[in-house]
Amino acid sequence: MAWFRKDKKPLKAQDRRDLPSDVFDKCPGCSEILYRERLAQNLNVCPACDHHLKIAAEAYLSILADSGTFEEIDAHLRAADPLGFEDLKAYPDRIAAAEAKGKTEAAISGTGKLDGIDIVLTVMDFAYIGGSMGSVVGEKIARAGRVALEREIPFLIVSASGGARMQEGMLSLMQMAKTSTVLARLHEASIPFISILTNPTTGGVTASHSMLGDVNIAEPDALIGFAGPRVIEETIKQELPQGFQRSQFLLEHGMVDCIVDRRELKKTVALVLRHQFAGWTE
Amino acid sequence: MEFERDIIEVQTQIDKLLDLADRKGIDVTAEVKSLTAKLNELKAQTYKNLRPIEQVQVARHPKRPYTLDYIERVFTDWIELHGDRAFRDDEAIVGGWARLRGTSVMVIGHQKGRNMKDNLRRNFGMAHPEGYRKSLRLMKQAEKFGRPVITLLDTPGAYPGIGAEERGQAEAIARNLREMASLRTPLISLVIGEGGSGGALALGVTDRILMLEHSVYSVISPEGCAAILWRSAEHREKAATALRLTSKDLMELEICDEVIDEPLGGAHTDWDTTAERVGDALERHLHELSALSPEALLEGRWAKYAAIGVWYEV
Ligand SMILES: [Zn+2]
Repeated sequence: MAWFRKDKKPLKAQDRRDLPSDVFDKCPGCSEILYRERLAQNLNVCPACDHHLKIAAEAYLSILADSGTFEEIDAHLRAADPLGFEDLKAYPDRIAAAEAKGKTEAAISGTGKLDGIDIVLTVMDFAYIGGSMGSVVGEKIARAGRVALEREIPFLIVSASGGARMQEGMLSLMQMAKTSTVLARLHEASIPFISILTNPTTGGVTASHSMLGDVNIAEPDALIGFAGPRVIEETIKQELPQGFQRSQFLLEHGMVDCIVDRRELKKTVALVLRHQFAGWTE
Repeated sequence: MEFERDIIEVQTQIDKLLDLADRKGIDVTAEVKSLTAKLNELKAQTYKNLRPIEQVQVARHPKRPYTLDYIERVFTDWIELHGDRAFRDDEAIVGGWARLRGTSVMVIGHQKGRNMKDNLRRNFGMAHPEGYRKSLRLMKQAEKFGRPVITLLDTPGAYPGIGAEERGQAEAIARNLREMASLRTPLISLVIGEGGSGGALALGVTDRILMLEHSVYSVISPEGCAAILWRSAEHREKAATALRLTSKDLMELEICDEVIDEPLGGAHTDWDTTAERVGDALERHLHELSALSPEALLEGRWAKYAAIGVWYEV
């Protein structure tokens, strides 16, 4: 993507240390200073190095759903504190801090159209307690899955998560069973399920719905795995190889079907769905 | 174990007295009787009031019966079946045909080792993807022949290593969850020791979830949780309490369907009695589930997992 360089020479970090952070972002991939507005137009993919910057869950809604078609469902579900969990911080305080950021939970579900195809979509949100899956996330995915089942339309999940939400104890582990059970029903009913894995997707989320797509699509260079890299390093007492648990590694080991640039994501999903699902013969 | 100290002390006194009686022909009946009563009282007091971290210690007790010990005592006609047909045989999980009081069932369980040499083979009961894939192969075989599946859960967790990630640890667990959700045969899981996170759940999407009294079932180990949330594994006691991982907790959270009482002093003190109770419970649940059609089983299973979770609505 060279268009960006032509009209504006990108600034190196060392050139300007006092750049206003609400106008500029520094690319974590190549350290170039990028104009935020232009970056957003490019779906937050660095024009210089193609690094995929983290984006908000809401951004995926507009990337995947046709303009004006997304209608949120189950927005009224909120995290409770069933265990009365308190570590260095009480769970309700963590919830409040996440809600102060304008988030209601670590997943947004809704229905809409993708290139004219009716879909149900759940997008996980890393900004809410690390995208962790507790009762609400599990329930939102289960309900969205049941909508797909009832309406016989494809189901998409965009994952971004550190795994199960420890603050809900076994209730959170069992959400893995809950989401997988719904996907089993979709599987039996021959309804497409597409899993899109973004940076990072680890733990119990990878070990449940995220790996169960008819087609698993990874964003470039996303960290995807079961155990976190630090846990593995501590266990095996050695450093991990370069690129370990990154998208390319998963592709090479047969765990994802393809790595797709965010700017091609919608087109790719539409292409797959038209192949998979009856009713859209050209 | 710290909380066992008084129990062991009294036990030693009894043993000494009996030894004395043996060698010198002294009548110690009265003393032994009184000490035994004291011992039982002590065991009851101790084991009914274990703190969560102590429950974890009992669940991990090195003398606790493991999967193969139950297979030896609860089942007959055992034949172990090996391998995932793709990569290797993972001995952290054992599985095969067995008979539960006359009924052929597929039994699958995590298998810990008793000593270092055993544990090199068994990897401390921490399975690689091929262990879960072997399990799935055996569950599908059970389904093919209309036989129930009984799983025994006892693992610190799925193994976190390079090979495990390369071969798709997450995919292997995820696939088991999904496939178990629609397996057209009765499924019962029993946590016999440590129900460690996704590595345990990979054998745990079942019609009934049973737990031995002193077993634990947790989303993460207390040590792992403490390291992340308290930034030091030393806070494991606080984490163990906060995680609500005991059998009693899991009954209250409506995840566990039944707790099987252990003999006084824990399963490790009396394997045979524990096995007897396990056999009784499994037989009873199997009998109930066998009366259901495959469709009714699936409906029940789907409803069971759909109902787990606590939230509120605004
Ligand atoms: Zn860049």
